[in-house]
Amino acid sequence: MGTAFMIDESRLGPEIDRRAPKVCFFEECNKDSVALVGGKCSSLGELINAGVRVPPGFALTTHGYADFMQEAGILAEIGGLLDGLDHDDMDKLEEASRTIREMIESRPMSIELEDLIAEAYRKLSVRCYMPAVPVAVRSSATAEDLPGASFAGQQDTYLWIRGIDDVMHHVRRCISSLYTARAIAYRIRMGFPHEQVAISVGIQKMANAYTAGVMFTVHPATGDRSVIVIDSNFGFGESVVSGEVTPDNFVVNKVTLDIIDRTISKKEVCYTADLKTQKSVAMEVPAERQNIQSILDDEITELAWMAKKIEKHYGRPMDIEWAIDKNLPVGGNIFVLQARPETIWSNKQKAPATTGASSAMDYIVSSLLVGKRLA
Amino acid sequence: MKFPVPHDIKGKTIPGTEGWERMYPYQYQFVTDDPKRNQYEKETFWFYDGLHYPEPLYPFDTIWDEAWYLALSQFNNRIFQVPPVRGVDHRIINGYVYISPVPVKDPEEIGKRVPNFMERAGYYYKNWDALEAKWKLKMEATIAELEALEIPRLPDVEDLSVVTDGIGESKGYHLLKNYDDLINLGIKCWQYHFEFLNLGYAAYVFFMDFTQKLFPNIPMQRVTQMISGIDVIMYRPDDELKELAKKAVKLEVDDIVAGHREWEDVKAALANRRHGDEWLAAFEKARYPWFNISSGTGWFHNDRSWNDNLNIPLDGIQTYIGKIREGVSIDRPMEAVRAERDRITAEYRDLIDNDDDRKQFDELLGCAKTVFPYVENHLFYVEHWFHSVFWNKMREVAAIMQEHGVIKEIEDVWYLRRDEIKQALWDIVTAWATGVTPRGTATWPAEIEWRKGVMQKFREWSPPPAIGIAPEVIQEPFTIVLWGVTNSSLSAWSDVQGVADPDSITELKGFAASPGLVEGKARVCRSAEDIRDLQEGEILVAPTTSPSWAPAFAKIKACVTDVGGVMSHAAIVCREYGMPAVVGTGLSTRVIKTGMTLRVDGSSGVISIVQ
Repeated sequence: MGTAFMIDESRLGPEIDRRAPKVCFFEECNKDSVALVGGKCSSLGELINAGVRVPPGFALTTHGYADFMQEAGILAEIGGLLDGLDHDDMDKLEEASRTIREMIESRPMSIELEDLIAEAYRKLSVRCYMPAVPVAVRSSATAEDLPGASFAGQQDTYLWIRGIDDVMHHVRRCISSLYTARAIAYRIRMGFPHEQVAISVGIQKMANAYTAGVMFTVHPATGDRSVIVIDSNFGFGESVVSGEVTPDNFVVNKVTLDIIDRTISKKEVCYTADLKTQKSVAMEVPAERQNIQSILDDEITELAWMAKKIEKHYGRPMDIEWAIDKNLPVGGNIFVLQARPETIWSNKQKAPATTGASSAMDYIVSSLLVGKRLA
Repeated sequence: MKFPVPHDIKGKTIPGTEGWERMYPYQYQFVTDDPKRNQYEKETFWFYDGLHYPEPLYPFDTIWDEAWYLALSQFNNRIFQVPPVRGVDHRIINGYVYISPVPVKDPEEIGKRVPNFMERAGYYYKNWDALEAKWKLKMEATIAELEALEIPRLPDVEDLSVVTDGIGESKGYHLLKNYDDLINLGIKCWQYHFEFLNLGYAAYVFFMDFTQKLFPNIPMQRVTQMISGIDVIMYRPDDELKELAKKAVKLEVDDIVAGHREWEDVKAALANRRHGDEWLAAFEKARYPWFNISSGTGWFHNDRSWNDNLNIPLDGIQTYIGKIREGVSIDRPMEAVRAERDRITAEYRDLIDNDDDRKQFDELLGCAKTVFPYVENHLFYVEHWFHSVFWNKMREVAAIMQEHGVIKEIEDVWYLRRDEIKQALWDIVTAWATGVTPRGTATWPAEIEWRKGVMQKFREWSPPPAIGIAPEVIQEPFTIVLWGVTNSSLSAWSDVQGVADPDSITELKGFAASPGLVEGKARVCRSAEDIRDLQEGEILVAPTTSPSWAPAFAKIKACVTDVGGVMSHAAIVCREYGMPAVVGTGLSTRVIKTGMTLRVDGSSGVISIVQ
């Protein structure tokens, strides 16, 4: 992935590859698709192909992006605006950025591209049993996982976007984020040609979480790899991630998937969507639900099963965000939102449990000598 | 942890029991008149062995405690030389047994014992199977001797053959001698009991210990599951019942076998039925030795065997006939158990971080699997088969004592120590020989009446779980196992005991012994006989269960016990049947009432009383 942050020049120039997909659904992507759909979307595709359910969606590919820029006919104009800019001159940078972003956000898309996105959005809505499904529109940069690679664009994310016009508008806003003042300055400083940078935009169903949280495929306190630990609260996961509530906590046996420990906490706050303001808002959990388990046992088991699959796929302990969607029917409503490698225990050098004794007899003797602590 | 001083506890004699000490051997007493011993007792940590002794000990039943006091200690200390520990010391307060491992304090001495232990215990681990085969022969010979042992009644006139064969010995002498033989056989049997047991426990304990080091959150039930699916004869009696059920159906006598609650009625009805004899013959054949299975732990005289009460195995057979008629398989799902064992073991093994640990895991698992059959099977030979026969031989002795007026009822004999019985037999035999009245006819009945009152007061007293000063570590395998069970139950017990009104308790905790979550009606069964009332789909709540309860598990959907760990019978059987179990809950049979609706979570070990 390290070399993939630049798009192959030949595909971006005037002669665009007309056969490459401009829009593609996540399930058509995998870890080799970074150049096409960026890191975020390709990892979602990777999860789907590993058998993990993620909220469905599609990407405007880097080809789609190149097509847009080409059709808009603004490449030369942008080049002119940026020519000779000093990366230290923030005022000038800001001005150029504003002009360019306005340009990008106001130019029409080609009818073909617009149709492709609209068709994909319609398909997505049908899949979600909704006339117009609320989605998250976010940039999926081709280099976002590289250290210091923020030049690719601000990680813009627009939530609760509904209806094709709004979707289209926010796709443009994501594209224009390639031209923030900071991004431009960075590229100038590093000597990257602006015209060679590319972006993909992901359009993904908003998980309208009834319940959400995080889970780890290693016990955060003991480093035990044989368990999966799940934190959950009603509403969106942000109440859990931010530590604003003490979530319900479950310890699941990774080998057998049964729940071996559960702690139900008093949960006073949760987050839900306000469709009008397109924001999540905090609300008080009704008193009669505060002490109720925020997730069903069957859902815990399914989450743990997914966690196990994800860990196996990546071959290392993982830290996973998940949600259970209230708009989708049972059996298709449990989603993984994000999965990243667990870092604390994975980087720790664990001492071996063996006393260095090789035979059972040696171990028994050495253990007898140590004895068992009275607990 | 802070516990009371033993002598303070003992000092508070329960009114009306003054002098109770004479019911037990003198070396079991906490003393105040011997400063050195008193000091040792004060500085030592004693814990109540509630796993083995849920009730105060009858004076005679102290025999097995003395037997294992000797056997375990000698094997640890004089035979195998477990490096850091000698034997396990015993005391009794108000009929309850307290035990304490005796550590070797001098590091140099510990060091000296290591090579001995390596050589000796190592020899047993290495030659385990061959030595175990030899053990079986020794045990079977001992039991055969016991079964053949005659407890002669005292005739008015000796048989003529005593004269014509020139025997030169009387039945009186035989009675004395055979009583000694009976006791000695019992002690010998317990010598064998501990020949392998502590080594077995050590292999277990440290396999579990190692696995928990690797996986701090691993449920113990999963560790034990890795050693499951090995055939052991403890299940044989239950298998015999299943075979008899199948045979009854095949011979078309199942309507009769399932048609009466009393064995005598079944037997009588079978006599007039085609193939009835054939089935009865099969039944008789199964009884020896397999119905020598105690309905309790076998540790106490009041644990009766299936052979003593044939209604219990009959009820089991009837349960299985019912299942066969419904078309339900009654065979143990051994293939599935083994497949799941192998899957679980492989997955945990894969989660081990490094090769050294994986190798150690393999070694310890292999060792635990080797010792497993003995750790299970010795129970059938000793606690069930030998004990069941032994208690009844003792009843023959008691019948003679009753006949000569020294005790009023046969069951009174248990209120005497075994050396007191020997004295009483001398009294009887010399009086019989001489033609006078035994002195004991005037003394023992009154003493026994008094002891009955004392025992009742003991039962009403609750023994503190531990006394004395707790050490930081314990190093004696048997004690580790026992203490593991005792200690983990302690907090659960104290939680429940702290509640003034038991009716207000809505939740109990114990060991998560077999996973799963079910809701259902409770049926409290205090003895194996009560399981006859069990209805299909109920949740069994019992003080503990033993293999003789096996048929009950075909009816229930979950099991809850007061006493026991994840290796207890209820835990193992529930895992095989794939139903939830919570064991070692302390007071379930007291808190839960038949008919209550319970939710049993065998994965987290919580029982909720729903209504």
